[in-house]
Amino acid sequence: MSSEKKVKRIKSLFDLPRDEIFISGHGLCAGCTAGTIMRTLTKVAGKDTIIVNATGCVEVATTRYPYSNWLVPWFHSAFENTGASASGIVAAIRAMKKKGIIPEDKKVNVIAVGGDGGTVDIGLQSLSGMLERGDPVMYVLYDNEAYMNTGIQRSGSTPYGAWTTTTPAGKVWRGEWRPKKDIASIAAAHGIPYVATANPAYPSDMANKFAKGLEALEEGPSFIQVLMACTTGWRFDPSLGITISRLATETGVFPLYEIDHGEFRVTFPVAKRKHVREYLKLQGRFAHLTDEEIEHIQKLVDAQVEKINKRAGKTVIGPLG
Amino acid sequence: MQAIESKRARPLNTNHAIANAVKDLDVDVISAYPITPQTTVVEKISEFVAKGELEAEFIHVESEHSALSAAISSSVTGARTFTATASQGLALMHEILHIASGLRAPLVMSVAMRSLSAPISIWNDQGDLFNARDAGWIILFAHTAQEAYDSVIQAYKFVEDERVLLPAIIAYDGYLMSHTIEPVVTEGREKVIKFAPKRHYPYRLDPQKPVTIGPIAPPEYYYEIKYQQVKAINGSLPIIEEVDKDFEKEFGRGYGIMECYMCEGANSLIMTNASYAASLKAFLPEFREQGLKVGLLRLRLYRPFPLKKFVEYTSDIKNLLVVDRAISYGAPYQGPLANEVAGAKVKEGLGFNIISVVAGIGQRRMDREDFYALARMAHEGGRHEETVFYGVRE
Repeated sequence: MSSEKKVKRIKSLFDLPRDEIFISGHGLCAGCTAGTIMRTLTKVAGKDTIIVNATGCVEVATTRYPYSNWLVPWFHSAFENTGASASGIVAAIRAMKKKGIIPEDKKVNVIAVGGDGGTVDIGLQSLSGMLERGDPVMYVLYDNEAYMNTGIQRSGSTPYGAWTTTTPAGKVWRGEWRPKKDIASIAAAHGIPYVATANPAYPSDMANKFAKGLEALEEGPSFIQVLMACTTGWRFDPSLGITISRLATETGVFPLYEIDHGEFRVTFPVAKRKHVREYLKLQGRFAHLTDEEIEHIQKLVDAQVEKINKRAGKTVIGPLG
Repeated sequence: MQAIESKRARPLNTNHAIANAVKDLDVDVISAYPITPQTTVVEKISEFVAKGELEAEFIHVESEHSALSAAISSSVTGARTFTATASQGLALMHEILHIASGLRAPLVMSVAMRSLSAPISIWNDQGDLFNARDAGWIILFAHTAQEAYDSVIQAYKFVEDERVLLPAIIAYDGYLMSHTIEPVVTEGREKVIKFAPKRHYPYRLDPQKPVTIGPIAPPEYYYEIKYQQVKAINGSLPIIEEVDKDFEKEFGRGYGIMECYMCEGANSLIMTNASYAASLKAFLPEFREQGLKVGLLRLRLYRPFPLKKFVEYTSDIKNLLVVDRAISYGAPYQGPLANEVAGAKVKEGLGFNIISVVAGIGQRRMDREDFYALARMAHEGGRHEETVFYGVRE
């Protein structure tokens, strides 16, 4: 089945519709990149969409009763059940279509949105159930690499070396000491049609991945992991969110790729990588690291890049420049 | 016992009676996870769907937590939705129980009551259900397979009523009912749907009319929203009664919200529910002949608590023996229902003597002579300061 080009690919942000679905007036932090992600996501998805939101920053900041920033139906129930909640909506729509309660040809995008805590930790079981059943839901993870909504506690998605309020840096602990969980590979292991990583510093790449993820719903679920630089938790100036996000990809810390029907492709090749120091030095969460520790992180990134190149079958992310 | 129309009745256990009700109600979505002794409910429904006898989406979730989560979202998307569980499954759902009632999701869940771990026990008591009593759900106990079938049908009629919009539990005893075959009259889809036509959630998730469901409520609003739930569950009582009366008119079987059995001439009552109520109905005529002036106060509707009926039935009695099959550890009475009865007694200025009895924990066997012993205890009265743990080896 070819779903090629059903949703228009964009070349620049000017190709996105001007209509706003995720509207202004929310309570996200100044400089928060989650708003940018949600705005782009809803512009790509359009009005025939239902959003299922895990408890987290986006949920609390966009639906403070009696207000809402969503012009599409939006549902939140708990922290760890977003996958199951999305499945329930899909099943209800399917059943009501079969029974003629809603028109058979009515297409509705069901999109789940969760942070890293609600996705890679507490919501993993529910997400896995949804992916394994093949329920047509696009799951968008906004990954800010810790429990930011509750005050910057570490999650399974916190990277090596990062200070958080539960992995503080001292004589004994030097920030987080375990590597970041590879959630995109875990999602891909379910054999779903489309998995991708995305970054708001590359908005057209991100928008097109949302579009592809929605097209995939004709066959099954899709999963998009979006890096979400967090001014509050990563400790950087609110003006630097996109700069830091771009550095994450330019250093090879957060490579951009997609797994389309099992085919792995890096969507943003990097000819010459920047040193990881460029990325780390702008963020207060890494301020405690010594030069040796930074070099160690560089080695971890080198190893990750090697793995990515192996998966791609060629060198798509180059050496340090 | 209900009059049995022998020609029309079929042999069904309560689990299968419930599955048949789900089929006759043309439920759209079933979201469930298997747990003993509920399993044959979901197996039977799966069979109905597999054979095309029920056109529905069956969500094979990976846990009870997800079972109820998906049931809520399905229900607020507008589908008639069902789930079923027991024991650890109900405990795992606990967080989501509160969300179901808070979001006013009109769904129905059957609970084959079973004891809670540890130690693990797959057998019956009611520790699971009483642990869930404060979650804002309407709760009905059934005492026969027929009543379970009928109650599921009644439940959809009142939960989907715009004046109610709350989830409901139909609870019955694991094994003692779930796996016990009784004669059951099933009514078929046409009659059942005519009685309980589908009323889709009025604020459903629909891109034509976008709504935000499940926002964060700051201190200026949270309290009022919870108070609306208080009003909703209290206000549901007359509607539940009305549905039961309509049901009786339509099908010839009515149950009321609380039942007093052989209460005439009784100076003491045993308050119990589900299979124990059915057992007592079988034994009481004989006990009465033997001179025990004891009747049965059968708890059918538990939430909202039918206080008026309770006062009506207990205002002139001497002793009220309350049987709890759950333990409220460290509470004034160790039986949760006994505590509530003590509260009701004070609130309404009632004069009876409370005898709190815990029995049947982990399905400790209760035979005729055990029910006789309880009836005797109720008949004799006397002050029991502490909860009696009937049948325990100390």
